[in-house]
Amino acid sequence: MTLDINRIRETLDHLLYRWLDVERLTRYPRYAEHDRATFDGVIELCARLAAEKFEPGNRLSDIREPAFDGTRVSLPEETAEACRAYNASGMPAAGQDYAHGGMQLPYIVEMAANSFFSAASIGLKAYSMLTVANANLLMAHGSETQKRVFAVPALEGRYFGTMNLSEPQAGSSLSDIATRAVPDGADFAADPLGPRYRLTGTKMWISGGEHELGENIIHLVLAKVPDEAGRLPPGTRGISLFVVPRLLLDASGAPTGERNDIALAGLNHKLGYRGTVNTLLNYGEGRFPLRAPGGTDGAGAIGYRVGDLGAGLKCMFHMMNEARIQVGLGAAMLGYAGYLASLDYARQRPQGRPTAEGATPAKDASQPPIAIVEHPDVKRMLLAQKAYAEGALAFELYCALLVDEQHGDQPARADEARLLLDLLTPVAKSWPSEWCLEGNSLAIQVLGGYGYTRDFPVEQHWRDNRLNMIHEGTHGIHALDLLGRKVLMKDGEALRILFGRIGATAAAAAAVDGLQPLARQLSAAVEIVALATAEAWRSGSARAALTNATGYLRAFGHMVLAWIWLDLAIVSAQALTAAGTAADFHRGKLAAARYFFAYELPLVAAWLAPVRACDSLCRETATDWL
Amino acid sequence: MKVLVAVKRVVDYNVKVRVKADQSGVDIADVKFSMNPFDEIAIEEAVRLKEKGVATEVIAVSMGVAQCQETLRTALAMGADRAIHVQSDAELQPLAVAKLLKAICDKEQPQLVILGKQAIDDDCNQTGQMLAALAGWSQGTFASKVEISGSDISVIREVDGGLQTVALKLPAIVTTDLRLNEPRYATLPNIMKAKKKPLDAVTPEALGVDVTPRLKTLKVTEPPKRKGGIKVKTIGELVDKLKNEARVI
Ligand SMILES: Cc1cc2nc3c(=O)[nH]c(=O)nc-3n(C[C@H](O)[C@H](O)[C@H](O)COP(=O)(O)OP(=O)(O)OC[C@H]3O[C@@H](n4cnc5c(N)ncnc54)[C@H](O)[C@@H]3O)c2cc1C
Repeated sequence: MTLDINRIRETLDHLLYRWLDVERLTRYPRYAEHDRATFDGVIELCARLAAEKFEPGNRLSDIREPAFDGTRVSLPEETAEACRAYNASGMPAAGQDYAHGGMQLPYIVEMAANSFFSAASIGLKAYSMLTVANANLLMAHGSETQKRVFAVPALEGRYFGTMNLSEPQAGSSLSDIATRAVPDGADFAADPLGPRYRLTGTKMWISGGEHELGENIIHLVLAKVPDEAGRLPPGTRGISLFVVPRLLLDASGAPTGERNDIALAGLNHKLGYRGTVNTLLNYGEGRFPLRAPGGTDGAGAIGYRVGDLGAGLKCMFHMMNEARIQVGLGAAMLGYAGYLASLDYARQRPQGRPTAEGATPAKDASQPPIAIVEHPDVKRMLLAQKAYAEGALAFELYCALLVDEQHGDQPARADEARLLLDLLTPVAKSWPSEWCLEGNSLAIQVLGGYGYTRDFPVEQHWRDNRLNMIHEGTHGIHALDLLGRKVLMKDGEALRILFGRIGATAAAAAAVDGLQPLARQLSAAVEIVALATAEAWRSGSARAALTNATGYLRAFGHMVLAWIWLDLAIVSAQALTAAGTAADFHRGKLAAARYFFAYELPLVAAWLAPVRACDSLCRETATDWL
Repeated sequence: MKVLVAVKRVVDYNVKVRVKADQSGVDIADVKFSMNPFDEIAIEEAVRLKEKGVATEVIAVSMGVAQCQETLRTALAMGADRAIHVQSDAELQPLAVAKLLKAICDKEQPQLVILGKQAIDDDCNQTGQMLAALAGWSQGTFASKVEISGSDISVIREVDGGLQTVALKLPAIVTTDLRLNEPRYATLPNIMKAKKKPLDAVTPEALGVDVTPRLKTLKVTEPPKRKGGIKVKTIGELVDKLKNEARVI
């Protein structure tokens, strides 16, 4: 059962060119050398790389999960091959300036192209996603030397990168991290690679933390610099960012021949994403003692500070909106892959007969069985998956376009895009993580018992997708961010922008035959969300308002996705009146939109009920009652 | 030495085509097209010859509708130096394509023309051979290895039952088989560079070639549907069915 890449491509083309008109981006000076041919070239390339180099290793890297023999991590050869192919393609530098060997590709096209890899093998994709995030961060906040020595080789596909935030005792609450960074010798500030420190501490959950896939691994590590009394500064303001190479490099970028004092304490054995090695790293435990370049000998991993003291989280989160679009897009593509796999199966699996027309549901057993795709309940499960996955994909591309619009030449539009994206980011991360996971569960259901086996891909999709509600900020944390911060930003300005755009879509839909009821339904959803926002905060107490933040996130997400679906429905309704051979394609979009409005959007009112009532049950239940 | 490579835009190998209701052909509206896989191998071989210093220029040629230029851009992104598009909305059959290529050979004077052994849409496997006949050049078809030294070219051919090596003199025609090489992927920087490479358009009329089809398609039908299987009770029944129903023994 292979992934139907062409179906994804068809929907992507529709979204990029017909719905969002991305060709207009070529009017921005940054993208002026592009046209549809270069966009298509990149998308075509990635579709092929995903099908030919990633998909074949997907199940294999799941079954043969990374192993550690105490000295080395071993990964299947297919992992190395997928990474090599990606790195050789030029994709790591796609968004960078021409001057840095990049292609100045619009972010939305980069995301669209990358989406194939997530559908084909999200576990193998993670290496490049982390590496590019790491290099982009250094390109934004590193010194010129740090960019040249640590980031450029990664963009050239030679080095790999990681992000080290979490620790065993500090996941959601990064203010509690305990990794220490101590200045390394009297001349620590004079090192050409940046102020030099010795790091000690333990980092948990580090994806891609140890392997030999490339020439080096560049770790970006959050740590605290102790005060004179040796105390770590409290809170997130005490956090600084360090670049810590696995193999030490000199100022010219050449390896010094020494291994940094970073020890792999063990691997985490995970439910999914098994293609990605996930590590517990001990920094500075003395496993690889170093001759200090100028300071203390012995234990302590050498790291170079990036940015100012205490500015670590700010640097780390600078590109967080973009990282979260990628998580959401990954979740969407897993949902899409599950949808296509279960659709394919449902068309081929004969089982059961149609329910009779008469008063009793008796069936005519003399008739041959029908394909399960004919049963209304199976269609329901397929429509739900289609609504979740295609809706999520469209929404993530919309968010990616907001990133590009910030590069436009109209400052007012750029500011509006920035603010709107800030508001939508928790939804962009969380909605696909929750609902495309539900879609993956439905895909298993469509296959019945077969879906529960490793002979079909849908159980792996579900296991892989289960991560997305956990990492990059848990679901609950994003809910707090949405209701506690984002909807209040600038006195609700971002929320007003969003409501304005939704209103415009509803108004446009009101003029399209057949869409008027949906337009009214969407307007009603906006009203109730606006009301709930005010009611949640009516006492002015954050504790009261945020008790039911997750229900609010859910309702808010469904309102946003209903908006996206209505906008898509307008496009397809218009395409249908123009009548072409792709009528089924557009009827399918309209059916998914109608499904979402009939079966999903009504849930918003139920989810918001406890929010609006400021129900205190979940706060006041005594822990002893549980 | 100039190398000319013919590339065809065909329905993507992943697409399951359907026969049109009126049986006039297959439905190609809204389906995905890409470069004929054998032609990718042809481009790759030419680019490798250039990288080895054997070829000095690689020219990609495609014939057909306006969108063939997309296919040519792919060839340029893979490493061809320039491209020629022979623009025509007519149905181009192998003989017409061979004549067009001959006209281009007359103009460009390449020493080597590389083509795919066949195109995966009509599977004709004719154009290379026809071009060799029209030009009066040697041909090494179904190549799985090509070696050039001076004006000699040695081609290992994949033939029924084994490999055959032919020694030819340039100028020559080579058609590619699957095992000749593994084509590279176009990289992002090369996709950008391809935009700036020259792509000229000509018409069959300008080349003095009449492309009117010589063959008429009477009708196109689906292959017969496979019938469901049955279980036989005895060997005798099996033999009887093979003899009298399937008529295979
Ligand atoms: C496979 C995998 C890969 C990862 N890769 C990386 C990586 O490369 N780099 C990296 O730094 N980290 C990585 N992580 C770590 C990930 O970001 C954390 O797991 C995540 O931030 C949650 O932290 P935690 O696991 O400690 O859970 P906790 O923070 O202990 O949370 C447990 C539960 O409590 C809830 N909770 C916590 N605090 C609050 C609160 N204040 N209010 C309400 N609810 C709360 C959470 O929502 C969650 O449901 C990875 C994790 C996994 C599983």
